[in-house]
Amino acid sequence: MARAHSLRRRTVTTAASWLAGLIIFFPILWMAITSFKTELEAVNIPPSFVFFDWTTENYWVVQERSNYLRFVGNSILLAVGSTLVGLLFAVPAAWAMAFAPGKRTKDLLLWMLSTKMMPPVGALIPIYLLFRDMQLLDSRGGLIVVLFLLNLPIIIWMLFTYFKEIPGEILEAARMDGATLWREIVYVLTPMAIPGIASTVLLNIILAWNEAFWTLNLTTSDAAPLTVFIASYSSPEGLFWAKLSAASTLAIAPILVLGWFSQKQLVRGLTFGAVK
Amino acid sequence: MGKIQLKGVRKAFGDVIIIPSIDLEIGDGEFVVFVGPSGCGKSTLLRLIAGLEDVTSGRIDIDSVDMTSVPPAKRGLSMVFQSYALYPHMSVRNNIAFGLKMAGESPEAIKQKVEKAAATLNLSSYLDRKPRQLSGGQRQRVAIGRAIVREPKAFLFDEPLSNLDAALRVQMRLEITQLHQALKTTMIYVTHDQVEAMTMADKIVVLNAGNIEQVGAPLELYNNPANLFVAGFIGSPKMNLLQGDVAKKHNAGTIGIRPEHIATARDRGEWQGVVRVAEHLGSDTFLHIDAEAIGRVTARAAGELALTAGDKVGLTPRPDRIHRFDSDGRVLRA
Repeated sequence: MARAHSLRRRTVTTAASWLAGLIIFFPILWMAITSFKTELEAVNIPPSFVFFDWTTENYWVVQERSNYLRFVGNSILLAVGSTLVGLLFAVPAAWAMAFAPGKRTKDLLLWMLSTKMMPPVGALIPIYLLFRDMQLLDSRGGLIVVLFLLNLPIIIWMLFTYFKEIPGEILEAARMDGATLWREIVYVLTPMAIPGIASTVLLNIILAWNEAFWTLNLTTSDAAPLTVFIASYSSPEGLFWAKLSAASTLAIAPILVLGWFSQKQLVRGLTFGAVK
Repeated sequence: MGKIQLKGVRKAFGDVIIIPSIDLEIGDGEFVVFVGPSGCGKSTLLRLIAGLEDVTSGRIDIDSVDMTSVPPAKRGLSMVFQSYALYPHMSVRNNIAFGLKMAGESPEAIKQKVEKAAATLNLSSYLDRKPRQLSGGQRQRVAIGRAIVREPKAFLFDEPLSNLDAALRVQMRLEITQLHQALKTTMIYVTHDQVEAMTMADKIVVLNAGNIEQVGAPLELYNNPANLFVAGFIGSPKMNLLQGDVAKKHNAGTIGIRPEHIATARDRGEWQGVVRVAEHLGSDTFLHIDAEAIGRVTARAAGELALTAGDKVGLTPRPDRIHRFDSDGRVLRA
């Protein structure tokens, strides 16, 4: 009896989870389906989801009109580049805060996070002017710096929570074993924190990949990532839903694949420290 | 060589003074145990010697060289931590070899030394395992192995046996003592367990609230405690400390008498009492006795004693074994 009950219960929960999952995923699914329609079919109401003439024409048009691979290249460069530069600063910063905290470490952490509360548009004009004067507009280097600074607080916070979990005595043991600070970080701390660093890297690549405000405002063509690629399919000549969908699908495909293969790491990263 | 001298060493964290001022000399090859209740500053003192904490003032000499501001890596000391602090991502072999690698020794020399240390500690068949695949005792051996391969001037042990179960603790205690006999290297050992202190030490340093209460050989502390703190801390079961009229009779503020120095008899004795709890250990019997005039007293008798709770008993202290303390707790010598 109890068993039958629990089976029914499990069926219900499973069905509910699938339903919730589908609702969340539906817009993306719709977009992917629309990308295989003709422009005329794409604006049909009510929309059809299966029974229409499937076509890959949009993808050819999109590739013809704009060089998809160049945008992908920029996206990868910006996302990976800004994350790696971020790590370079965040690992020592998080080390200091986790293992040699001062009186104001907690305040510092909160202050860093508070910078994320400011609407980015508030800093747009000064940063735009700085970029113009330093001739950094539409440069990959300039954008890497902006994205890295943007995500630095999150990288430091995540690494800090991971490092906190590593017993300080192990690092002290390394110090007693004659390791210099640098070797202690390279040979002992980093290998122990690899899972944490991996999820931090993944999450920040995704954040940087999806960042649209600064990438749209500070680039035009040379350094433009996929966000600009998508945006170029809306506006001036009217909306082309099918082509826009094809462009968007192409833009999220790489990160979707990355996320799919690393979801375990990501979930662990986001919930780490929540339950001890 | 491994002579360590502390001169006026002081440690404060902000306004909190952990160690007001300590002077201490540890001779080459000595096994010194720092013992005291938790929070007495014994671990802090060890960490100051290790260099893991900076002294607030004072000076630490190792082999007559001022090491006060030398980083831990360059002091030539090894440390064994309570939590073992093994590198979880490295095999036992690499754990032991880490210090030698940091010192830039050749791979052949490292291999040879690691295997020698592993043989000494019965770890040879575990060299390729990870720490998580080892038992507590084996992990502690790896931690000791990591300490000995570096051939340090002195070993520092920070409560190394606290995480082990009772039986293993006794065994590891013996192993560490034997290791000291074999290596003849200076060892400083921190513990809150006075049994460990008594059994292992050449010299015990009793600490209380950051101050040294007494330094001496185990039996010296046991037989001639310098003050009430040491008298009460060393020895198990604890020394009976009696105040009031019975102390006044001996011209003292407090008198102390160890449980084994009280003779028990059924009918006669200097004090009369009733057994409240009798603990029969086989080799010994501990009697917790309510003696009206003087309060609760513990007596220890060798072997089995046919006394149980509720029995009346007479107690007689051995007069030559009575310790007298003044009202400030300092010992009064006759």
